[in-house]
Amino acid sequence: MKNRRIEWLGFLLLRLASAIVLGILLIIIYDIISKGLGVINWEFLSTAPRQGMTAGGIFPAIMGTFLVTLITALVAVPLGILSAIYLNEYARKGWLTRLIRMAIRNLAGVPSIVFGLFGVGIFVVLLGFGASILSAGLTLGLMTLPVTITASEEALKTVPNSYRQGALALGASRWQMIRTNVLPVALPGMLTGSILGLARAAGETAPILFTGAAFFLPYLPNSIFSQFMALPYHLYILSTQHHNISAVRPLAYGTALVLLVLVLLVNLAAIILRNVLRKKYQR
Amino acid sequence: MKIKLRERLIEIFFLLNGLVVIFVLFGVFFILLSNSIPAFREIGMAEFFTSRRWDPTSFTQIEYGIQSKIVSTLMVTFGAMLFSVPLGIATAAYLAEVASPGVQQILKPVIEILAGIPSVVIGFIGLVLLNPLIARTFNLANGLNAFNGSILLGIMALPTIISIAEDAISAVPQDYRKASLGLGASRWQTLTRVTLPSSLSGIIAAVMLGMGRAIGETMAVLMATGNAPRMPQSFFSSIQTMTATIAIELGEVPHQTTHYYSLFVIGLVLFIMTFAVNLVADLILHKYQEVE
Repeated sequence: MKNRRIEWLGFLLLRLASAIVLGILLIIIYDIISKGLGVINWEFLSTAPRQGMTAGGIFPAIMGTFLVTLITALVAVPLGILSAIYLNEYARKGWLTRLIRMAIRNLAGVPSIVFGLFGVGIFVVLLGFGASILSAGLTLGLMTLPVTITASEEALKTVPNSYRQGALALGASRWQMIRTNVLPVALPGMLTGSILGLARAAGETAPILFTGAAFFLPYLPNSIFSQFMALPYHLYILSTQHHNISAVRPLAYGTALVLLVLVLLVNLAAIILRNVLRKKYQR
Repeated sequence: MKIKLRERLIEIFFLLNGLVVIFVLFGVFFILLSNSIPAFREIGMAEFFTSRRWDPTSFTQIEYGIQSKIVSTLMVTFGAMLFSVPLGIATAAYLAEVASPGVQQILKPVIEILAGIPSVVIGFIGLVLLNPLIARTFNLANGLNAFNGSILLGIMALPTIISIAEDAISAVPQDYRKASLGLGASRWQTLTRVTLPSSLSGIIAAVMLGMGRAIGETMAVLMATGNAPRMPQSFFSSIQTMTATIAIELGEVPHQTTHYYSLFVIGLVLFIMTFAVNLVADLILHKYQEVE
C-alpha cells in the first residue's frame, strides 16, 4: 500500500513538472498575444516608424529580417547540404570524420555574442564589408551551419540503403547514385530541417548587434553593403533603448508578436512537414 | 578512367565542404585570440583576472578587471540550473516513461516551440512580466536582477535539458525495465533505481549542454538583469554578465582601441568556458558511440 502511494505521488510530481513547462510556454504566448494583438493592423505591418519611433509601423524591420535571412540561407543551406553529403555518403570512419563531427557539435555551442565578435573581427573590420546586411548575413550563416548540416544528414539517413545498392548494382558511379537515387529523396527533408535553423537565425539579436543592424532607417536597404533594421533588434531597441520606453511599450508588444508569430509559424510548418516526411519513409 | 578521375574530384569537392566547419571553429578562435593579443600586450593578461574593477572609461584610473563579470555569469547560470535541472529531468522522465503517446504528441512540439522562441522575446518577458512581479513580491525598487535572469536562463535551458535527457532515458534497454518489474519492483522504483541511474551519463551531458547555453546567452540577461557592473552581493543584486558587457560596450567603443580589444578578451574567456563545458558533455555523450 505504501509503495502504491509513493508511486502515485512520484508520478504526480512528474506530471506537475511537465505541466509547469507547458504553463511557461502558454504564459509567454498569452501575454504577448493579448497585449500585442491590439497594435497589429495593416499600417503597422506596411509602414516605417514615425515621430521618433513612437508611431507608425515596422515594415523596414520585417524587410530587413527577411533580407538578412535570405543571405543566411544562401550561406548555410548549400554548405550544410554539401557537408552532410560528404559525412553521410563519402566519409570513412577515422580521426578526420571524428574531428569534423566534433567541430560541428562544438560550433553549435559557441555563444551567439561570440559569433557577433567574430563577425565584427572578420567581416566588418578584416574583410572591410563594414556594418552591413552582408556582414550580418554571413555571420548568421556560419552560426546556422551546424543546424543545417545536422538536419541534412538526418534526412540522408532516412534514405533506405537499398536505393543506394540498387543504383550501384546497375553500374552507377557513386556520384551518379547520389544524384539520381539519394538526393531527390532526401532533399525535402534537408530543406525542412534547414528552415528550422533559419527560423532560429531570423530571431537572433546578439550576432547582428554590431555587424549591421541599425537603430532606425527611414528607407529600405538598397545594397548588400547597407545597414538594415531587423525585427529582433527593433524589439530590443523599443523595450530598452528608446528615450520614452513606456510610450512605445504597445509597439514593442506588437513587434514581439510579429516576431513570435513569424518564427513559430515557420517552426510549426517545418515540424509538421518533417513528421509527414518521417511517416512516408518509415519502414 | 575519365569517370574515375571525375568521381575523385567530386569526392574532394565534398570533402572540402566538410572541412568548412573545422575552419569556422578555428576561425572563431583565431579572430578572438588575434584581437585579444593587443589588449594583453597593452594591459597585461594578469590585470583582467586580478583587478577588482571594470572601468575602461574612467577619468582617474582605468581598470579592466573581469572578476565581477565571471562571477555574475556563473551566478545566473547556477540559479538557472537550480530549477531547470529538476524540472527538466522530471519532464524528460515523464515524457519517456509515463506519458501516453497522445500526451507525447502534444508535449514534444511544445518543447520544440519553447526552444524556438527568440531570446530577445524571452528577455522582453523578463522585462515586462517578471520585473514588476519580482519587485512586488520581494518589495524591491525594481525586479531587474540576477534572480530574474536566472529564471529566464532556466527557461531557455529547459528544452535542451529535456530533449537530451529524454533521449538518454529512452535509450535504456527495455530488458532493464522488464527485469526490474519482473522482480516485483513498482514502476516508480524501476524509474528511480534502474532507469534513471542507467541513463545518468546522458542526463549529466544534458545538464552540461543546458549550462553551456545559459553561460553564453546574451539578450535575456542583457534586458533583465539591470546591468550594474559590480561584484554581485546576492541574487537580488543588479548584475552584468560577460555576454551583456560585450553587447553593451562593443557598440560604444571606436574600433581598434584598447577597450575594443579588451571586449575580445571577454569573448575569448567566454569561448573557452563554453567550449570546455560542451566538450565534456560531448565526450560523455559520444564515448560509447565511437567505440562500436
